[in-house]
Amino acid sequence: MSVTEKAAIQTTAAPTTGARGAGIKLAGVEQRYGDPKSSVLALTDVNLEIGKGEFLVLLGPSGCGKTTLMRIIAGLLKSTSGKVEIDGQPLWNGNRRNDKVMEELGVVFQDANMFPWLTIEDNIALPLKLRGVSKTERRKRASELCELVGIKGFEKRWPRELSGGMRQRAAIARALSCKPQILLMDEPFGALDAMTREQMNLELQRIWMESGCTVVLVTHSIREAVFLADRVLLLSPRPGRMDTLKTIEIARPRSAYDQSTPEFQAYELELRKRLDTFA
Amino acid sequence: MFKFNTSWIATPIVLALLIGIWHAYVTIFSVSPFILPSPFAVWQAVLVLLADPRTWQHTLITLYEIVAGFILAVIIGIVFGGFLGKIRWLEQTLNPLIVGLQVMPKVALIPLFIVWFGFGVTSKIVLAAVIAFFPIMTNTILGIKSVEMGHRDVMLALNASRWQTFRDVELPSAMPFILTGMEVGIVLATIGAIVGEYLGGSQGLGYMAVATLNAFDVQSMFGVIFVLTILGLILYFLVVMLRRYLTPWHAAAKND
Repeated sequence: MSVTEKAAIQTTAAPTTGARGAGIKLAGVEQRYGDPKSSVLALTDVNLEIGKGEFLVLLGPSGCGKTTLMRIIAGLLKSTSGKVEIDGQPLWNGNRRNDKVMEELGVVFQDANMFPWLTIEDNIALPLKLRGVSKTERRKRASELCELVGIKGFEKRWPRELSGGMRQRAAIARALSCKPQILLMDEPFGALDAMTREQMNLELQRIWMESGCTVVLVTHSIREAVFLADRVLLLSPRPGRMDTLKTIEIARPRSAYDQSTPEFQAYELELRKRLDTFA
Repeated sequence: MFKFNTSWIATPIVLALLIGIWHAYVTIFSVSPFILPSPFAVWQAVLVLLADPRTWQHTLITLYEIVAGFILAVIIGIVFGGFLGKIRWLEQTLNPLIVGLQVMPKVALIPLFIVWFGFGVTSKIVLAAVIAFFPIMTNTILGIKSVEMGHRDVMLALNASRWQTFRDVELPSAMPFILTGMEVGIVLATIGAIVGEYLGGSQGLGYMAVATLNAFDVQSMFGVIFVLTILGLILYFLVVMLRRYLTPWHAAAKND
């Protein structure tokens, strides 16, 4: 899945990948917090198209609105103004979420947010339960997903019996259980140690390539961004706005060793220099 | 939670010590058995009571009142608590009323309950339910409000309905709180049923306590109180044990 476009700064056209998944279109998205008179502008002027099957990383310092933007795409937050479309369908109909569009989204948060009263298997299959899938069918799907995310054999365990990394794998499995077209991840590995994190990045790349869905991932790690992304969207802070859109042209699948190549480091350096100008 | 291995030795010692002091006090000061019978006299009375089938009939009636009142309180408490915990404006509107009702001494309502529901078991069941209801309801509200934001986000992202969110997240999340309310509730239901029997009626252990006192049979009265205490303890520990079955995932369910 190599992206052939040249580094595209300040352009919003989505690369053509020809993959499955769904595209995302953001037009004039703006978010204000607080009451209308003394509101704080958190995010402004976001115009972006994310291609089908693309891996887009939102990168930026804290307070740049990257989590806000992800919550807007996930339908957890209705932006103060602007439009969000998933595969050409509006995410919001007035003040109501578009149920059909919501079905295409899977969300992973910084915390695994496993429900402690459900076994790993029941946690993973909860989205299926909400859609009325039968218990035997749910068991089957949960076991497939456990295999996909590498926690096979832990189906019957309680979440507290798993390590942080394994719980986050389970959270990814839960987000994938309804076969979403789009996977949204808000700093999913932020709470993990560096070694686990690196391994999770490799696993995520594999899962993404196998599932073919579109991924939007929020991070504040430049290395993670360059390693995972087809394109990195760098957001500048206060208020959050689109600063740089960088296409990462490193062949897939990428290995941990790729991080030591001059090519990788050049991308890292470029983004770091740009980030430093915000301080 | 206290450490079990220590308390298994310490608790009987403290108990034996208290009974010893009681016995010494009664003998040294030669207290009239009408004021305070000796622990041995009370034990004798307990044995006599347990051999009497009428005691068991009264015990069954009291047990029925407590359990029926408690079950009513649990059902109504969780339903009301569920609604009030979910619907903010409703809780805010009704809050002064709830606090008022909670502060009001429910025992003062007994004469009214007797007028409404008669001298039989119904008035006692109602009283037990009314007293046990409040801690269960307030704990349910607290439990539902304490649902983690991250858990709510998951259900929101899954586009879950209000009922699904209640069934799959809010209720299980609130369960440890509800169980705490139930532990308080079962004790209050026991008190409610017995006080109800004290003040009106001709059945149950509460009635027996009053009847033995009226007959100046103080040691039997102490015997009845002993039986009542055992009954209350059994019920309380049954509710405590529910925790292990309903919330095996929760830290408080582990017995250490």
